[in-house]
Amino acid sequence: MTVTSIEPKDNKEKWLARLRRFFRWLTSPHVVLSIIMVAVMFYLVIIPLYRMVVTTITVADVDLRAIRGAEVGDFTWYHWVRMLTGKIGKLMTYQPAMHSIVVALGATFLALAVGGLMAWLVCRTDIPGRDTIHMLAQVPYIMPSWTIAMAWLVLFKNQKSGGTMGLLEFITGAPTPDWLAYGPIPIIVSSGLHYYTFFFLFIAAALLSIDSSLEEAGELAGAGRWRIMRKITFPLVIPAIASGFIMTFSKAMGTFGGPNVLGVPVRYYTLSTMLRSNSSIGNYGDAFVTAIVLILFAMVTVMLNQKIVGTRKSYETIGGRGFMSKKTKLRNFKPIIVAIVVIFQFIIAVLPLVLLVYSTFMLRDGKWTLDNFTLAHWIGKGDLSINSGEPGILLNHKVWLGAWNSVRLSILTALFTALFGVVLGYAIVKGRGTWLSKIVEQMSFIPYVIPGIAFGAVYIAMFTKPVGPIPALYGTFALLVVVSVAKHLPFSARSGVSAMMQVSKELEEAAMLAGASPWRRFARIVFPLTSTGFVSGFLLTFITTMRELSLIILLVTPTTAVLASMTMRYIENGNDQQANAVIILLIVLVLIGNFIISRFRGGSLKKGLGL
Amino acid sequence: MDTPIVINNLTKKFGDVIAVNNVSLRIEPHTFLTLLGPSGCGKTTLLRCISGLEDPDEGEIYIGDTLIYSHAKGISVPPGQRELGMVFQNYALWPHMTVYKNMTFALEIQKLPKAEMDKRVKESLEEVKMSGYENRYPREMSGGQQQRIALARMLAYRPKVFLMDEPLSNLDARLRMDMRTELKRLHHISDATTVYVTHDQLEAMTMSTNIAVMKEGVIQQMDTPDMIYHYPANLFVADFIGNPKINLLKGWVSSEDVVDLGKFNIPAYTHRKTGDVVAAFRPEDITIHTEPVEGGVEFSAYSVQPSGADTTIIAHKGDTEIIVKEMGVSKIAMDQKIWLTFNKEAINLYDKATEKLITGS
Ligand SMILES: Nc1ncnc2c1ncn2[C@@H]1O[C@H](COP(=O)(O)OP(=O)(O)O)[C@@H](O)[C@H]1O
Ligand SMILES: [Mg+2]
Repeated sequence: MTVTSIEPKDNKEKWLARLRRFFRWLTSPHVVLSIIMVAVMFYLVIIPLYRMVVTTITVADVDLRAIRGAEVGDFTWYHWVRMLTGKIGKLMTYQPAMHSIVVALGATFLALAVGGLMAWLVCRTDIPGRDTIHMLAQVPYIMPSWTIAMAWLVLFKNQKSGGTMGLLEFITGAPTPDWLAYGPIPIIVSSGLHYYTFFFLFIAAALLSIDSSLEEAGELAGAGRWRIMRKITFPLVIPAIASGFIMTFSKAMGTFGGPNVLGVPVRYYTLSTMLRSNSSIGNYGDAFVTAIVLILFAMVTVMLNQKIVGTRKSYETIGGRGFMSKKTKLRNFKPIIVAIVVIFQFIIAVLPLVLLVYSTFMLRDGKWTLDNFTLAHWIGKGDLSINSGEPGILLNHKVWLGAWNSVRLSILTALFTALFGVVLGYAIVKGRGTWLSKIVEQMSFIPYVIPGIAFGAVYIAMFTKPVGPIPALYGTFALLVVVSVAKHLPFSARSGVSAMMQVSKELEEAAMLAGASPWRRFARIVFPLTSTGFVSGFLLTFITTMRELSLIILLVTPTTAVLASMTMRYIENGNDQQANAVIILLIVLVLIGNFIISRFRGGSLKKGLGL
Repeated sequence: MDTPIVINNLTKKFGDVIAVNNVSLRIEPHTFLTLLGPSGCGKTTLLRCISGLEDPDEGEIYIGDTLIYSHAKGISVPPGQRELGMVFQNYALWPHMTVYKNMTFALEIQKLPKAEMDKRVKESLEEVKMSGYENRYPREMSGGQQQRIALARMLAYRPKVFLMDEPLSNLDARLRMDMRTELKRLHHISDATTVYVTHDQLEAMTMSTNIAVMKEGVIQQMDTPDMIYHYPANLFVADFIGNPKINLLKGWVSSEDVVDLGKFNIPAYTHRKTGDVVAAFRPEDITIHTEPVEGGVEFSAYSVQPSGADTTIIAHKGDTEIIVKEMGVSKIAMDQKIWLTFNKEAINLYDKATEKLITGS
């Protein structure tokens, strides 16, 4: 029993005991790891965001002419006023915001419709070739998001805005109307067809995980098919739809490739392309206002989504245990539906690649006859009459440098993401229920709500000057790694937590009782038991980083350019065919990487997505 | 090994839940102590506090002479240095290691020479009758075999104290019986102080030298199985122990050594002159007569349930129900009139207000 005593000796002992207890807490592995991760994430996420906000309210060199009498470093509302009011506000913020919303909503709903329908066909009908459909459905995910956009141009561009003819104009002889060649509709269709994979995978997993006995129970109770759909199936699939929705919407909001390829030529700007155009002329104050607007939009989406679906549920996906379920018979419609699905998947997965490859074999762009065949874009020596004298991409050392950058960026990002996954998973799961664990989990979630291009912008603000122990990273390759790893933090945490949950805590405790040090427990018990999960995570990170554009477009320099950013450069310089060749090379590298990695331990894309 | 365990005023909370509430107990060397109680009463938590896997909020723990935990002094010896072995409910065998690797994991940390490790693995496997399984992986064995390996892993480590958390709960009835026998022999041979957790009273009664019955984080009674069975310290323990259940009837002391149960009286050592009590007597402490006898109370046989070795008879008198156990196969038919006599020595009285056993002292 505690005896209250005023003797100093007792007091000293009390403090000593308190100190010992604190020290014990501080040195337990999950606390150490949590504290390290909080510090890392503070550097990688919080400080950059703060610096970005500060930049928008601080006078910079470039602002001196516009703001009379101000000095560099002064406080100012100049950028906010300029970007949010008057004619400039309309042109640079409101109109692009409108465009972004239209494009993102359109793409999301298109993806939902397509993905949901396909998932239903695969999971709930007697359609043949289920596995093939499943596999083809994942193809868009492997391709860069603007692949379809580039193929779109090959097909639909017109001489008026694109300089050369697309296939359609070549065949019909009539110029393709602008609305079909450029602007919102092409952007919506091309990104919707890219993003439907999310919905397909999420909804398919949800449908498979619904125990059909629930539905049968409904049927026995005399409920009609539609009523069962509405009352039982639908509510169970809602979380999957919601996770697909926020994932797609926030990705589509922040996507850069499609709008840049299909929107900018006709001055159809979205927030992301506007952000790029402002930051490329060094007007960071303005650019960051746009970035913040973009971030706010994404945050509102996530919040609305959580309000509607309930916290957490929305981005937790449902594990796919295979329950037997009744299949709807397609009967006479079967051949028609199969034909539609086959054609559709062909259009999404195969046609774009065919068009892109074909276009790289044309000497003169837009001349679709065989006598125009050439290999110059692949292995040409660099003739001044084509491609401004650039050699074919396979002989171009700039392209190979870009390929090397892409590969090492992807591998490094995947490695660090897996590493952080282990650490975050351990810290969060072992600390479950403590405030520290909650802080770690919530901090790691922040990058999720920041659209890719805005996240890139955040890093311009951060690393143009040294911050603490980190040197000025702007323009370095290391910065690309840092930004990619930081953007993957939510994924790290989620895959880490799910991998860690697979390992019952007694397995580590048994090792603890055996006297194993934290490091030994990790190396001998925790890591071997979770590594399968991390192989899948590695694969997924590798692929997403290979074809990541929005995130790094603001940060690359000629020496750090990756294949993804090079496609944009070539397109912007009017060398569409070079661009197409580069994107083909990129896809080939992704496929090779995918193949090599999936050899190990059966890692797979689906596992990586946590399904 | 002479290793007592002493626990003083131990408390462990999870948020608002007090899982272990101010527990003090002394576990003598060589004891097989069972923590017994319904699910959620804090048995596992108490065991985990001893092992160091859980950090208590108050109190202190000694193993042998060593203070391994003290809140007031801020001391907590890491689990690995407490020299105790534990068998988990789900066995916690490392699935990616063979039996041999599982068993030598701890020994490698102690840097034992290879020959010594081999010897210990061999001996321990022999003790659990699993020789020759060194190279199996856990998933290649049945639940019962995994259980034995988990035990062997602990034995190979030669801890001072054995801790076991419901090790038999995942086995089927038959295997459970076999393992009870094995565990008891194991304790007999090794003579190590053992703390065993279960919610199964049969396990507790058959294996333990001592039982501590817990409820809501508090130890209700700690005693030998015999004392726990025959002199439950309070109504909770009386009700929890015994199968079929003990008879608990409300009544009052009408005169010395007579308890009035409303419809009839029974003899008992009342130790007091008046007051409301609850009378408790076990089904086997009642004798059934088919004819009226002196002191017999008339009942009717509401239900007769033979189980081979004995027969359980549910006897009714109005709305009073008494469960009686008779050895062998009973000749009594349902709805037959019967007369019950009560063994005065075997009747315990509990104070109605405090629910505590009324004793002479
Ligand atoms: N890690 C934990 N977090 C929160 N509550 C817990 C935890 N472990 C146990 N409890 C609670 O403490 C009480 C005792 O649990 P436990 O010791 O596991 O009981 P038993 O082993 O007797 O079934 C229960 O109410 C349980 O819900
Ligand atoms: Mg328990």
